[in-house]
Amino acid sequence: MDLVDRAVEILRGKMKDAIPAVETFRGETAVVVRPEAIAEACRLLRDDPRLRFDFLAALTAVDYWPDEPRFAVVYELYSIPHRVFLRLRVPLSSTAAEVPTIEGVYPNANWHEREVFDMFGITFVGHSDLRRVLMPFDWVGHPLRKDYPLGYEEVQFSFNHEEIDRKKPYAQE
Amino acid sequence: MAFEQVEVTVDELKHLVSNQALEGETMLLNMGPQHPSTHGVLRLLLELDGERVVNCIPDIGYLHTGIEKNMEAKTYLQALVMTDRTDYLNTVGNNLVYCLAIEKLVELDVPPRALAIRVILTELTRIASHLVWLATHALDLAAMSVFLYCFRERELILDILEICSGQRMMTSYIRPGGLWRDVPAEFEPAVRQFLRLFPARIQQYERLLTKNPLFIDRTRKIAVISGEDAIGWGLSGPSLRASGVDWDLRKAVPYGGYDQYEFEVPLGAHGDVYDRYIVRMEEMRQSLRIVQQALDRLPAGPVRSDNRKFVPPPRSELAHSMEALIHHFKLWTEGFPAPKGAVYVAAESPRGELGCYLEGDGGPRPYRVYFRTPSFAHLQALPILAKGHLVADLVAIIGSLDIVLGDADR
Amino acid sequence: MGVEQKLGNLGVLTTKLEEAINWSRTRAMWPMLFGLACCAIEMMSAQASDYDMSRFGMELMRPSPRQSDLMIVAGRVSRKMAPVLRRLYDQMPDPKWVIAMGDCASCGGVFNNYAIVQGVDEVVPVDVYVAGCPPRPEALIHGILTLHAKVRGEKLADWA
Repeated sequence: MDLVDRAVEILRGKMKDAIPAVETFRGETAVVVRPEAIAEACRLLRDDPRLRFDFLAALTAVDYWPDEPRFAVVYELYSIPHRVFLRLRVPLSSTAAEVPTIEGVYPNANWHEREVFDMFGITFVGHSDLRRVLMPFDWVGHPLRKDYPLGYEEVQFSFNHEEIDRKKPYAQE
Repeated sequence: MAFEQVEVTVDELKHLVSNQALEGETMLLNMGPQHPSTHGVLRLLLELDGERVVNCIPDIGYLHTGIEKNMEAKTYLQALVMTDRTDYLNTVGNNLVYCLAIEKLVELDVPPRALAIRVILTELTRIASHLVWLATHALDLAAMSVFLYCFRERELILDILEICSGQRMMTSYIRPGGLWRDVPAEFEPAVRQFLRLFPARIQQYERLLTKNPLFIDRTRKIAVISGEDAIGWGLSGPSLRASGVDWDLRKAVPYGGYDQYEFEVPLGAHGDVYDRYIVRMEEMRQSLRIVQQALDRLPAGPVRSDNRKFVPPPRSELAHSMEALIHHFKLWTEGFPAPKGAVYVAAESPRGELGCYLEGDGGPRPYRVYFRTPSFAHLQALPILAKGHLVADLVAIIGSLDIVLGDADR
Repeated sequence: MGVEQKLGNLGVLTTKLEEAINWSRTRAMWPMLFGLACCAIEMMSAQASDYDMSRFGMELMRPSPRQSDLMIVAGRVSRKMAPVLRRLYDQMPDPKWVIAMGDCASCGGVFNNYAIVQGVDEVVPVDVYVAGCPPRPEALIHGILTLHAKVRGEKLADWA
């Protein structure tokens, strides 16, 4: 646990303005980072010989619609030498859903960022190849946003058989 | 053959291929999504110079199921059935990581017997998954008989899962706070029988492959990756350990009672396809050790937590306890609320680090579930690994990464 | 393809020939090697040692649609995959049959959401539905035998 505290201390020492808060929940620490400082924070955590968070375990986002700031990008870092997890959270408002890429620090952020772009529509500035990764390239919308419908289709039973058939003329061949 | 000419324009992918491709000096070739050796519906756009792979651009998402979005619309318990179907070779392990995340989020304790049975089943699933990997990997390299042998043993494990849960693959047997029910009396003899049988069977497979010159020629010095690069590209599990990085989440961040068992973490030296094979074969032996220890020390007692806020009471109580009836009704209609907050739990799946990021908002439904899946990370390293190798080697490389497309696309 | 165009209207003779052809079709029905998701693993089990589909003349899985008679849609079909699936079906030569293996292929299963086609019958015509999530290999074999029964009752003119 003390390594996480030390990481927070080092981050605070180097870039005090970029870290508005540190949250702890169930023994997990999440450092809130301003979007413009995320790449530098990651570099610091990776390169500092006392920390060495060398593995980007996960990168995802959460949509808090309709609250503001609407999005939070979540970075789960792991230090293989020290066996410790650390989470960074970057809140983003819906008007400026942009965050610099961390591809230069962790190469495997490439696809994770593409996935977040695909699913949430968050732009990663400076990304080398920001295309959709999971959905078809001509898909409209970003499925994991909270204002995107689940796309539930009514199930056809004997009592509503004809009604559903009317909605889906293409399904009868 | 399933290799097809590309029809899409390359404009959109221009930055990913070399200049020769645009001038027509190298060939662009589409491989998949229906191809026998891509282990599912993986599509690769290959830039080829003769037989050599110049660039490899994976295109995934052909099995995107919307599981994360769909889980948000269900209660915590209902969403459990979705987790089985992400990585369909590691069904029990998926249940485990999701239940661990819920248990961490709501602070729920699990009885020791349930922990031990979870470990046994997870390790058996790991063996089953490795068997499918070995079967298909060897089949891709034209060793047909290994496929038949591996599936013979896999049926034994599926039978054990069926004894416990009634389903061969999608068990949903691990529940938040413990297990669905206790294992029946046939469970222990069945596992012991498997433990007796299986070490000799591993030797059978190794006799077919480990010193087979054809197999060695196809796998040695293919797709070499250094430990440092492997970490940078997010490889985990056996694929990372084959590069000599000693990192197994069961030891590094012990979860679910793994710290009570003795086992070794097999490491490779060269980080090539052959080492990944050796590491996985050894892992099967270590899994057997863990199962043996867990079975020998299987404690008696309940298999579900008695915290009635989260775990439904046994049906026998419903007839004579009003409180049990209320809990039963509440849990099965509304579900249980989880506090506002986020947890991340990582577990060692047969492929690598399987992480679950779970966020609650105080209500009975998960606000956000995210699965960090090893296949997704491994696939993005495929272009690096495949560069400069022959098309025929590509098949071996895909096999050695042990990808499951359901796991990558979710 | 072929024989039915030539013999489709020969009247009396075809009743016996029809049976012979249908019998031979059920005895060498080559499935396409086409796995999508979880059900594909059970399809592999059905091919492997314990269940051994070669008893029904089906040990030969063809990776190319142009050499196969039967498409077993084993798993969920996403909206990204649906056009590919249709194209594979179109590439198969007549006569051809489709088995929707599992709940997802039959009706969408547990995945009623934006990404999954709610039943592969919206994309290709299905002959036999096999229930289960995933179906046991026995269930798949039962589905195949059901299809064989159906094929034995087919008229040559149906494919002409």
